[in-house]
Amino acid sequence: MPRARVLVRPKEGILDPQGVAVERALPALGFAGVANVHVGRLIELDVDDPAQLEEMSRRLLANPLIEDYEIELLDGGSG
Amino acid sequence: MPEAAALPTVEDALALGLTRAEYELVCEKQGGPPNQVELAMYSLLWSEHCAYKHSKRLLATLPTEGPHVLMGPGENAGAVDVGGGLACAFKVESHNHPSAVEPFQGAATGVGGILRDIFAIGARPVAVLDSLRFGEVEASERSRYLLDHAVGGIGHYGNSIGVPTVGGEVYFEGPYEQNCLVNAMALGLGEHGRLMRSAAAGVGNVLVLYGASTGRDGIGGASVLASAELGEADEDKRPTVQVGDPFEEKKLLECSLELLERGLIVSLQDLGAAGLTSSASEMASKGEVGIDLDVAKVPLREPGMEPFEIMVSESQERMLCVVEPRRVDEVLALCEKWEVGGAAIGEVTATRRMRVFDGDRLVGDMPVQALVDDCPLYDLQPERPPAQIYPAPVATMPAGADARDALLALVGSPNIASRRPLFEQYDAIVQSRTVRRPEEADAAVLALPDGSALAVSIDGNGRRVAADPYRGAIGVVLECASNLACAGAEPLGTTNNLNFGNPEKPHIAWQLAEVVRGIGDACRALEAPIVGGNVSLYNEGAAGPIYPTPVIGMVGRMPEAAAAGRLGFAREGDAIALAGPFRPDLEASELAKLRGEPLPESLPDVDIAAVRAAQAAIREAVREGHLASAHDIAEGGLAVALAECCLAGGIGATVDLGDEDGDVWTRLFGESPGGFIVSGVPDALAHLAERVALDVIGVVGGGALGIAVAGERLDVALDDLRAAHGALGRFFP
Amino acid sequence: MRFGVLRFPGSCDDVDAQLAASRVGGAVLLWHGDRDLQGVDAVIVPGGFSYGDYLRAGAIARFSPVMESVIEFAGGGGLVLGICNGFQVLCEAHLLPGALLPNANRRFTFRQLDLAVERTDTAFTGACEPGETLSIPAKHAWGRYYADEATLDALEADGQVVLRYLPAQNYNGSLRDIAGVCNAAGNVFGLMPHPEHAVDALTGSTDGLRIFESMRLAVEGARA
Repeated sequence: MPRARVLVRPKEGILDPQGVAVERALPALGFAGVANVHVGRLIELDVDDPAQLEEMSRRLLANPLIEDYEIELLDGGSG
Repeated sequence: MPEAAALPTVEDALALGLTRAEYELVCEKQGGPPNQVELAMYSLLWSEHCAYKHSKRLLATLPTEGPHVLMGPGENAGAVDVGGGLACAFKVESHNHPSAVEPFQGAATGVGGILRDIFAIGARPVAVLDSLRFGEVEASERSRYLLDHAVGGIGHYGNSIGVPTVGGEVYFEGPYEQNCLVNAMALGLGEHGRLMRSAAAGVGNVLVLYGASTGRDGIGGASVLASAELGEADEDKRPTVQVGDPFEEKKLLECSLELLERGLIVSLQDLGAAGLTSSASEMASKGEVGIDLDVAKVPLREPGMEPFEIMVSESQERMLCVVEPRRVDEVLALCEKWEVGGAAIGEVTATRRMRVFDGDRLVGDMPVQALVDDCPLYDLQPERPPAQIYPAPVATMPAGADARDALLALVGSPNIASRRPLFEQYDAIVQSRTVRRPEEADAAVLALPDGSALAVSIDGNGRRVAADPYRGAIGVVLECASNLACAGAEPLGTTNNLNFGNPEKPHIAWQLAEVVRGIGDACRALEAPIVGGNVSLYNEGAAGPIYPTPVIGMVGRMPEAAAAGRLGFAREGDAIALAGPFRPDLEASELAKLRGEPLPESLPDVDIAAVRAAQAAIREAVREGHLASAHDIAEGGLAVALAECCLAGGIGATVDLGDEDGDVWTRLFGESPGGFIVSGVPDALAHLAERVALDVIGVVGGGALGIAVAGERLDVALDDLRAAHGALGRFFP
Repeated sequence: MRFGVLRFPGSCDDVDAQLAASRVGGAVLLWHGDRDLQGVDAVIVPGGFSYGDYLRAGAIARFSPVMESVIEFAGGGGLVLGICNGFQVLCEAHLLPGALLPNANRRFTFRQLDLAVERTDTAFTGACEPGETLSIPAKHAWGRYYADEATLDALEADGQVVLRYLPAQNYNGSLRDIAGVCNAAGNVFGLMPHPEHAVDALTGSTDGLRIFESMRLAVEGARA
């Protein structure tokens, strides 16, 4: 069964306080030269019909009003 | 006959926390060396955390009976009668060691665990309070991290499950740096005659496990973490920390309450430390029956778990119930409605043995009595230390500070500053019962259906108990009851969490014995019996033990919710009075701490009867509606209490303490049980003066707090007080 | 006047909403798996953590059987009030414009707030006085109201902004201080603060009662 990965990101231009928090925390740990951090979500699933991923993402996995999503089909998968 | 393959050795037993003598006793009880499943189960049930080996004998001296007590120590929670056919179940528990390793999940699962204890006896949880102790937060990044994450964990769990967090306390002291304390208290309401006990009953009845599936969470947690002192490298303890899911527990709670309401189950027990091992064994022990369990029937989250892992897993959000065979289908159907997994995993037998099967294979066979009741108990060897064992606190206030500087330093000190940055992260109002929210009164107040109300407070003071364990413990119990009195409530019952170092060391044993003696004497005098509690020992590391820290939770009742007291000054022109047998002393006070003074060898005597009488008088005055405000004087003494009343009321005060003898510093900042600041119209205070020692000291009004004493004056604008009071805000960026 | 309060796995303030609504009319709980709205006059989607806030707050609840009926009910002009998590569910279900994002201050925050009433001619604020503020508590971690600029301009122009935070009290960072919005037809209303926790002087302010009262007036007015 094919395995897919959907990456969900906050839309550009929307305040991302989690991203800001991470961006501030990294220098405090000694990592310099970090900018433009955004925090999103990862959904991985085995799916019989990868053609359905587009609609799944649009209707449930992401909220298109505030998020962008990216679908990746992974090599291998289970079974 | 249990499998004989590859028996564990005495070395394995030692690694699991048993002593050599305990291992030999196990062999004797088993009629031979125990196998892996059996050794795992004994090592957990005979751990300090489960068996209370070092404290049980001492705890037996506490008063546990009273006219309001419906359920005393020994069940999942204690319960008192609150009138109107209702019972209030409550208990406090610790989750110290897991929180030191992973504070968010440690605190969250601490809340989850205590909530399960409440609904396991058939009460709907209605409130949570928490008592937290960390190292010096201004100096230690680690303590700031623990504070931030523990508060986050408590909020995450309590808010998600819909139980309001209505009160609590937090303190910062050096001795807690390596061993933080996270104690969680919960209250629930249930109908009198329908409180559920946990004894398994009815040979042939079915054991049903419901809730989350079982994984490898917390395996070995009980004996590995809670019965050992924390060492340098505790990163590898992380895999044994449990992860909680409040959404799962919300469903579990509703399912459990509906099972009980519909009379579908015979008994109920939650799974906490030591998982199935302790739940099943304790149910069997209380019921004087046996239990057969098949681990192959337990719903698993991870493949390939061994029988002993399934028996000791501490996966959260699981309950075990005993069900008559004809009702099992209904029980499983209800579990499905609430979307919680359910499975029949065993049955009640007449054998008085705990038998663990893996399908058809018998993999463990133990006498229930040996597992639960025959753990050896140890007498403490208490010895008073020749000198104070704790170092003096580090001074944080400059030597030349005047009284005004000292007041601002105290109001802005982490132990006194406003806890608003913490409690704003908690939902304090869900369930629509909260009559007094945090910082509105000295105790939280919850309305009951008949117009009466419950008040609840949680209190502790490690430093004063370290100075004088016996008198310090009395002081803690009295403070809790004083907080209830200021809200207008009379104590019904008490729960206690004893947080101590290693009891095998004679000076810690002495602390423990003296504290229990003090708690016992105070609870007896107040007629507020202990209905349940928890002990957490071995809270020490290379840097030494924590302060001996009894944490006391007390529940009380008042006839009229609408008359509940408030702590803030209310009206311009109200008179202010100091009431009660207040005998301030600077030893072991917050001012002494800021000055870096060493702990004294003892505290002054307390006149418990006089304090009790003052509490009764204050309580009556609050109930009669005569007082505009009532506030117990605690950390920081009189001046700080006045500042707190001004800040809560948003209004200033002018106070004159007169020119009598006595050191000014002691009169302003000295501490002792039995002091109250009250305000109201002069007639009301005159009326109260007939029942308790009372001095009118000032009047409410203006935009500043002004205190005159022995010819000197200190004045602080409300704005300056408020700025200082907000000191904890910067620790929650 | 009968209110129906939805109950999802994880709803917390459902019983609170039922208690509040019953001060104004009858109130029943409607189980998420059941499509039958039992002929109620108005639906309340309550606060809490439906489905643990998993994926996104309200994202899973909006697909429940009862919500299919609520969407139909709203389409026919029925009154729907979404409180906190309920507001999130209504936005996910596209019954209201916009979305709720994690608070700008990144923490769950509980505070008593003063909300400015922007319109008193809606079915939910008809009992309010023009220009008044309502003292109502808010308690949430995901309450920052967001919509793109064009949508926000349209909301303002069409009078769909019903409640606003006072700027100094807007801790969640909602754009244009928006605390509550209604749909274009004016029969669906969502707000992050909790009016059901402001109905009893014993436990706080009673300003929240106005919202339930308004709904009763609107329903009875429609009948008359």
